Amino acid sequence: MDNLLSIVTFIPALAALILALFLRGSDEAAARNAKWLAMIATSATFIVSLFILFQFDSSNTGFQMVEEASWIMGMQYKMGVDGISVLFVMLTTFMMPLVIAASWNVETRVKEYMIAFLLLETLMLGVFMALDLVLFYVFFEAGLIPMFLIIGIWGGANRIYASFKFFLYTFLGSVLMLVAMVAMFVNAGTTDIPTLMTHTFGSESFSLLGIHVVGGLQTLMFLAFFASFAVKMPMWPVHTWLPDAHVQAPTAGSVVLAAILLKMGGYGFLRFSLPMFPVGADVLTPLILWMSAIAIVYTSLVALVQEDMKKLIAYSSVAHMGYVTMGIFAANQQGIDGAIFQMISHGFISGALFLCVGVIYDRMHTREIDAYGGLVNRMPAYALIFMFFTMANVGLPGTSGFVGEFLTLVGVFQVNTWVAAVATAGVILSAAYALWLYRRVVMGDLIKESLRTITDMTTRERAIFAPLVVMTLLLGVYPALVLDIIGPSVEALVSNYETALASAPNATAAVASH
Amino acid sequence: METLILFAPLVGALIGGFGWRLTGERAAMWITTGLLFVACAFSWIVFLTHDGVTEKIQLLRWIESGSLSTDWAIRMDRLTAIMLIVITTVSALVHLYSFGYMADDPQWKEGESYKPRFFAYLSFFTFAMLMLVTSDNLVQMFFGWEGVGVASYLLIGFYYRKPTANAAAIKAFVVNRVGDFGFALGIFGLYYLTDSVKFDDIFAAAPALAETTVHFLWADWNAANLIAVLLFIGAMGKSAQLFLHTWLPDAMEGPTPVSALIHAATMVTAGVFLVCRMSPLMEYAPEATAFITILGATTAFVAATIGLVQNDIKRVIAYSTMSQLGYMFVAAGVGAYSVAMFHLFTHAFFKAMLFLGAGSVIHAMHHEQDMRNYGGLRKKIPYTFAAMLIGTLAITGVGIPLTGWIGFAGFASKDAVIESAFAADPMGYAFWMLVIAALFTSFYSWRLMFLTFFGKPRGDKHTHEHAHESPMVMLVPLGVLAVGSIFAGAIWYSSFFGKTNEIASFFGVPYAEASEHGEAKDDHGEAKDDHAAPKDDKKKKTSYAFTGKPGEGAIYTGKDNHVIHDAHYVPTWVKLSPFIAMVIGFLMAMCFYIWDPKMPKRTMEHNRPLYNFLLNKWYFDELYDAIFVKPASMIGRFFWKRGDGDVIDGTLNGVAMGIVPFFTRLAGRAQSGYIFTYAFAMVIGILVLVTWMTFSGGAQ
Repeated sequence: MDNLLSIVTFIPALAALILALFLRGSDEAAARNAKWLAMIATSATFIVSLFILFQFDSSNTGFQMVEEASWIMGMQYKMGVDGISVLFVMLTTFMMPLVIAASWNVETRVKEYMIAFLLLETLMLGVFMALDLVLFYVFFEAGLIPMFLIIGIWGGANRIYASFKFFLYTFLGSVLMLVAMVAMFVNAGTTDIPTLMTHTFGSESFSLLGIHVVGGLQTLMFLAFFASFAVKMPMWPVHTWLPDAHVQAPTAGSVVLAAILLKMGGYGFLRFSLPMFPVGADVLTPLILWMSAIAIVYTSLVALVQEDMKKLIAYSSVAHMGYVTMGIFAANQQGIDGAIFQMISHGFISGALFLCVGVIYDRMHTREIDAYGGLVNRMPAYALIFMFFTMANVGLPGTSGFVGEFLTLVGVFQVNTWVAAVATAGVILSAAYALWLYRRVVMGDLIKESLRTITDMTTRERAIFAPLVVMTLLLGVYPALVLDIIGPSVEALVSNYETALASAPNATAAVASH
Repeated sequence: METLILFAPLVGALIGGFGWRLTGERAAMWITTGLLFVACAFSWIVFLTHDGVTEKIQLLRWIESGSLSTDWAIRMDRLTAIMLIVITTVSALVHLYSFGYMADDPQWKEGESYKPRFFAYLSFFTFAMLMLVTSDNLVQMFFGWEGVGVASYLLIGFYYRKPTANAAAIKAFVVNRVGDFGFALGIFGLYYLTDSVKFDDIFAAAPALAETTVHFLWADWNAANLIAVLLFIGAMGKSAQLFLHTWLPDAMEGPTPVSALIHAATMVTAGVFLVCRMSPLMEYAPEATAFITILGATTAFVAATIGLVQNDIKRVIAYSTMSQLGYMFVAAGVGAYSVAMFHLFTHAFFKAMLFLGAGSVIHAMHHEQDMRNYGGLRKKIPYTFAAMLIGTLAITGVGIPLTGWIGFAGFASKDAVIESAFAADPMGYAFWMLVIAALFTSFYSWRLMFLTFFGKPRGDKHTHEHAHESPMVMLVPLGVLAVGSIFAGAIWYSSFFGKTNEIASFFGVPYAEASEHGEAKDDHGEAKDDHAAPKDDKKKKTSYAFTGKPGEGAIYTGKDNHVIHDAHYVPTWVKLSPFIAMVIGFLMAMCFYIWDPKMPKRTMEHNRPLYNFLLNKWYFDELYDAIFVKPASMIGRFFWKRGDGDVIDGTLNGVAMGIVPFFTRLAGRAQSGYIFTYAFAMVIGILVLVTWMTFSGGAQ
């Protein structure tokens, strides 16, 4: 299969098209058909994507299964995967059937809902596979439209505010990224990502409007991309859209947002920022490391006092993404391995935590922590699952949450012990907020009248959690499954980064003198 | 066989946790307990047949990234073997005991199934603890370290309806995480410095670390000292040393078998084990070990003072545990690692027994834990009384003075600790603190005995009438532990605290005749002239010294470290001092609680401030609440409302209000204008990009 990547990418879109064109009516049968078609399409995508994994040769650090074709107006359609992107593709295809299964109880506009999710999957997959700047931009930006719709149409009471905020943040970042992309094209004469990765952008310091720019063009371009990825990540202090978006999104939307969409920022750093603007990255590394460390402590403290379950988990997500940016910009093998691992693992764990909230939200229609208490009395299976993912979230060794946190901290310790110490302190806070949440929701006696008849998880719900539990444990006990695949590519990335820095002596000297 | 020992409890935990639905409650409990006894039997075989040679078994790859490489692996040496028997023996007995203790727990409603879950947690704990002690690298050790933390969390919070139990569970986990913070930084630092997290590589690099300076946070440090202190912070958390101890007394909210297994015999000793395990590093970190000694001694003292006035029977024993852990750290801190392990080993038996005995009392008294409501119970529950008496004799260190080893388990090991402390620093702080603590230990232990078993029955009359002896499943474990509490010290005295060559061959450490080290011999000759030295030296046998490189054998003792040897030659009055302290403590307790029962009240009224200070545990909880807990939530709220709300959102909204309306107007009157705005902006973006490319010569 020469165009395996395209097949995987466009199966969901095709299903969306079929739904849009051929499914008529809004009765129960139509809704059921829509659900099943979406389920079949996402499952098929997952199964086909397994072929990508099997064909993937992890010892090859270049792009594999590359497809190239001419597109409109002289632009190139180019797709490919390497060790860094292939697992994000797998994460996406793995999560989507679970997301569809979690949406089985949707009642309003089922067809449109499924179309939105199917399109979203195609666009997200595209982001992780695109090897052309324009193509990447299209996937990257367009992917947000279905997400807006999901929040805006199927979201909670305050959904307009949330999507508005979401828009504001992303828009500002996108504009800057676009400018940088244009500049890149002008400078390098191509939009081909692999070529751009080997291109050396100017790094001579110059003065702009009276400000001395260390690292020159690279620093400016880095900043422009940073604006977009930092919002997507999200990094402190541009994180405030995320809690609102999560709170208003329907459960499945939150799962996609936390598990996959946030990863685009991290992926962007690894695909663009580090390889293309090494000097710029180096100049700003101290700042970013500190932003990450602050993010971890700051958002953990904020999570401590939340009264809304989803908000609490959203803030915890921001803290966990802090480890990711910290690991990436430690720019060594352990840091980046850990960052990628953390992103994959966070996909399962935060996805599962939002599903946990969804389970009781479906029953009680409230996310207020105070509305619960003593659920263990009537929902033992739920208590067990929630406990498991709470522990995974606090980075218990043996779960996948530990490996990522550990590796990023090992990585950053070699670069900056202060940042490592502050970030490690976040581990204490994460235990505090996660267990405090668990206690208030699950532990205690069942006193509240409204909870007397609450029922434990259904078979469908258990079936959704089962693969997540398996993956969290499996990666925690045998992380080589991931590390073997990403290792060589990360090694190449790190060594290219170091070579590039070494060959740009001016800027590094300037940085050293900071 | 080691693999089997390791995984039997895990299988048991899974059967207890999930399998009981298939097998039924009782069968699951028996299978779980049976597996533990199997593990226990194998552990004893391993321990008794172990020849001191370090053996490694690799199980599975774990985290590998660049030069960082960790495996799931087993490292079998003497330290591991000792821990194996301690853990599996106590655990197996506690499993058995729980059949009786948990049989009709008043916390649960009719028909609720809680027993298999309890057994599953106990077995899971045992598995995690075994992972901790069998590890061959620091990361797997950290797995066990956090694993026992979770098990402890689950078991402390086992009565999930009780708010106090839930709070205690969270407190235990979070305070331990503070310790883990140090432990983790220690691991990061070791990897940074030695490029490995495996014990073998770290031990080999230890001498080099002593010569290395490393920049950490604000200053340059000696690498060995820095790492040793960081790792010790981890040990402080797990072993409830001063400043990170506040969770241990609260942990008594858990069922009593849990307190015996986790909070007395095994988990809390993990910190001592860590320090002994890292002995090659500790030997090169003099400042760090001095810190360990001082903190250990202070803990022993402070905990003992608090123990004097507590009224909850379990809390008294909890503070006693904390105090005894301080003893162990002093031994480890002065470089007498085998002595630290000796006290750990004997303490496991008598402290587990004291807790199980206390459990038996509580069981008899319908879950009443306040000693003020006990009294005169020795006739009602004679077996329990006998067990508690043996435990008390053991912990207070009753034995024949100057023989060294003829006495109860605690006699041999505690005296060894005190003598080592003196040998390391004659008349030093640690020595005096430990002697005073020994006096207090004796006092509070006998106070517990007298309040519980002697005098007139107090409290609820009905409860006293129905006080009954516990069933056999509870008494048998007590009996087994009683045997250990009596004989463990005497039997293994020479292996842990005998002559250097005996210790060395027990721990698999290379040794050589010491006659080459002339000066070391002279010192001891002097000591011998002044005082009646133990008989073994009178014959002028050849003495031995530890040799070998760091990492050879289970413990490492540096060339200049003669503490254990010197400890045998301390002045006679030093050897007598713990015994004298013990007798004084006993007599004071007699005075207070037997001869003049009004005296406690009088003393209390005369020293009200001191009494309150001790009763409130030196106000550590209040202090931490004021400086950590409350500010954390205040800062959190501040960041949330002010930081996120006013500053960040405020700024962005301010900016946005200027720009957005412009675009929304462009996008028209569509109801969900923001989406169209976005799509519109994107299209514009692509257009700009494409136009630019077309005009500037086009792409490929």
